[in-house]
Amino acid sequence: MTLHKFNLPDVGEGLTEAEIVAWNVKPGDTVAINDVLCEIETAKSLVELPSPFAGTVTELLVPVGRTVDVGTPIISVSDTAGPETAPEAAPAAAPAAPMYGKLEHGKLEHGNLAEEASDAGEPAGRPAGGPLVGSGPKADAVKRRRRVAASAARPPEAAGTAAASPAAASPAAATPAAAPAAGQEAVEAHDIWISPDAVAHADRPSAPAAGPAVDQRPTLGGAISGLVSKVLAKPPVRKIARDLGIDLADVTPTGARGEVTREDLVSYQAQRDAEVDKADTFWGKTGRPQEQRIERIPVKGVRKATARAMVESAFAAPHVSIFVDVDASRTMEFVKRLKASRDFEGIKVSPLLILAKAVIWAAARNPSVNATWVDNPDGSDTAEIHIKHFMNLGIAAATPRGLMVPNIKNAQDLSLKELALALNDLATTARAGKTQPAQMQGGTLTVTNIGALGIDTGTPIINPGEVAIVAFGTIKQKPWVLDGEVIPRWITTLGGSFDHRVVDGDLSARFMADVASILEEPALLLD
Amino acid sequence: MGATHLPSTEFDGTGIEDRLEAEAEARLGDPADPMVQLLAPDGTLGSDPVFSEYAERLDADKLRGFYADMAKIRRFDVEATALQRQGQLALWVPLTGQEAAQIGSGRASQPQDYIFPTYREHGVALTRNVDLAELLRQFRGVSNGGWNPKDTNFHLYTLVLAAQTPHAVGYAMGIQRDQKLAASAAAAAGNTGPAAEPQAAVMVYFGDGASSEGDVHESMVFASSYKAPVVFFCQNNHWAISVPTAVQTRIPLANRAKGYGFPGIRVDGNDVIAVHAVTEWALERARRGEGPVLIEAFTYRVGAHTTADDPTKYRESSEEEHWRAKDPLVRLETYLRAQGLADDAFFEQVRADGDELAAYVRKTTHDLETPDIRTAFANTYVEAHPLVAEELAWFEEYSAGFADEAEGAAN
Repeated sequence: MTLHKFNLPDVGEGLTEAEIVAWNVKPGDTVAINDVLCEIETAKSLVELPSPFAGTVTELLVPVGRTVDVGTPIISVSDTAGPETAPEAAPAAAPAAPMYGKLEHGKLEHGNLAEEASDAGEPAGRPAGGPLVGSGPKADAVKRRRRVAASAARPPEAAGTAAASPAAASPAAATPAAAPAAGQEAVEAHDIWISPDAVAHADRPSAPAAGPAVDQRPTLGGAISGLVSKVLAKPPVRKIARDLGIDLADVTPTGARGEVTREDLVSYQAQRDAEVDKADTFWGKTGRPQEQRIERIPVKGVRKATARAMVESAFAAPHVSIFVDVDASRTMEFVKRLKASRDFEGIKVSPLLILAKAVIWAAARNPSVNATWVDNPDGSDTAEIHIKHFMNLGIAAATPRGLMVPNIKNAQDLSLKELALALNDLATTARAGKTQPAQMQGGTLTVTNIGALGIDTGTPIINPGEVAIVAFGTIKQKPWVLDGEVIPRWITTLGGSFDHRVVDGDLSARFMADVASILEEPALLLD
Repeated sequence: MGATHLPSTEFDGTGIEDRLEAEAEARLGDPADPMVQLLAPDGTLGSDPVFSEYAERLDADKLRGFYADMAKIRRFDVEATALQRQGQLALWVPLTGQEAAQIGSGRASQPQDYIFPTYREHGVALTRNVDLAELLRQFRGVSNGGWNPKDTNFHLYTLVLAAQTPHAVGYAMGIQRDQKLAASAAAAAGNTGPAAEPQAAVMVYFGDGASSEGDVHESMVFASSYKAPVVFFCQNNHWAISVPTAVQTRIPLANRAKGYGFPGIRVDGNDVIAVHAVTEWALERARRGEGPVLIEAFTYRVGAHTTADDPTKYRESSEEEHWRAKDPLVRLETYLRAQGLADDAFFEQVRADGDELAAYVRKTTHDLETPDIRTAFANTYVEAHPLVAEELAWFEEYSAGFADEAEGAAN
């Protein structure tokens, strides 16, 4: 019985990684050559991988949902099934890694594939003949092969001494090849990204040799990552934007591939000019009939959807709104400390992050606020209340397309840092006008940050399908009485609207008090 | 005079452009667009005033052979795709859907003809007796070619779009000159009879996407001007990677030939009998010295452009379904069974042969040896060359300078 490992191949041209989307087999299954083992998703496509071996599946080495580098073993198959599987099996039989040109003397292995496999300490991972994994440009192209220390004239003997441990050899080697510890650090550092895979993989030097073979990080938010912070535009368009002082991210793109076109810039500029001019020309000439001084704007798109949703919510759900003033001084200190901390370097941190965390925390203590009222579709009065044991936290955002409420899926699972990144992501995407419909569906509770506009508080209207919404007022210094003395503190007002069918007054009050308590003392989050 | 007087790239909706536009639209969408078809999708054999005569030359053996070839190459295609997915090939270019266009045309060629393929003509390679496992060498990256074109008169795959069309026309013009030379030599020797050597023609393959390349235009101008013995075989498989044919041409591609002054024929590329008939006609004509022909085989790439492509991103599955209904294998099988020309045993044998071929290809691919890097130096010039020798020496010294290599040897 021989154990064969199937290394993730490069199924495109020059792909460096792929995600396992689904396994079609499980340990113990018998597979034949070309039976579909699994489905993987690469940067280019969704692809089924056929089995190169016949035998019995012994282990799935990579779980579903994980992104791994090309060349990583993903499944092991033992060839107990029969001898007819032999040809491509038998790793021992074939010469080691002949794929990349080998001179007769076996001295001049060319290219770094072969050595990489041995560096990784898994020569058995490459079946006979060496599958052509990773044929394209390598992510670790920066890796340099070690030269003989002295002169190139008499290499074999000299090098023999430095043999056994590639990582421990010469200092020159240790640097580019990244000793295990260094590799781990790199991974850690990239962990701060909500969707670290792309970044980490691109930068990580020689991962197979250094870090863990299998990427342990979640691919959370991977779908969004491609959309943020990368505005597509042709160079001349970029130049015009630069000349006009326009941030391309502010412009709504209409290009066929989502790129900002010259026309987009022109219309953006026209709108900007118009807004500036409007102040002077807004009022129509008094002499003209009133009819001609009314501007008619067709209600459509987001405006129309917003209007419909608000009417539906305001009249279907009996709203009750409550307010509470909060001393958010400690939140402000906390935010300040986070900003200064190395962990949050480069991440935008705002009081909204603490509020979001507080809302998630408070919802778990008062689950009825994270619910939906479901009328019986047949019109009878047997309605249901669906309590959601997950938090898809909606954030109301003003976008170029109008009001959008994208939500952060499974926000309850996110650490503070992940939540911060998710909020940034969401805001960037929304501001760029790239929020996808899926990102706006399935929200369970919403926060609207009216404070960003300098407003103290308001009575927000519940996002349809939810039963609670929290309005976060501006935070400013106000006189506050503490221990009988008036002192300046950072004060904010929280407003909340609740669907009274689901959330009674006492419950909404307790929920708001819980949220307020966190803003007053963020340390409670450590509970 | 302002910019408004400059010609617009868009039709301005008036006059002659409008009319031409309408005519082009009408031609493009005309369902009665002439297309040579003998074997309908339902497996019934129709007739054609010119080409039925060629179809009649096909006996039962030939027809069964067509089917066996098409089934074989499809099975090969599946195996090669799997090999790519298993990391054994760097890339694969599937042909599924185009079997009739390739087998039909390839089988119409004679051994003395010379064929210039693109990179997808695996079916034609089969008809030219190229070892299909050899064909995979290039896709595994262990060879710049894979086979010796002199053995089969099947040129190496050309990966640069349309680059093979001028090569083909040049080759055809070379044949013309050789024949002239041979004729004058024969005349000098007093022979006036027909030439002893069989007359040869050239066939060059390209696609709807490549038809937009300047090379094709230049080739056709030369071929027409010199009446070169070349058949332009365009497989219009409807997709140039993600670009639909509609973006390549507003008229049937075959119509373009008229502009160059030689015949163009659109043939049902999923009808192996019609493809064979039309190609045989065109090659015979070329060998007789009557000049080039453009054949547009109207077919469909059922799979991806290459294994690195995902067609679901740019076309609807309903379109694929529509074309699957026109499957070239199914219609020939229907015909063979209806005519009593083949039975279950035959089709079972074809399947078994396909699996055998697949196993052979799989085994051979695994066994393909990576050539010695020195062969690259050895094959630069026919004879020893001081510069190459110097470079090789440098390379050897450089390669020997790596510590890890020596380690590898020591371990």
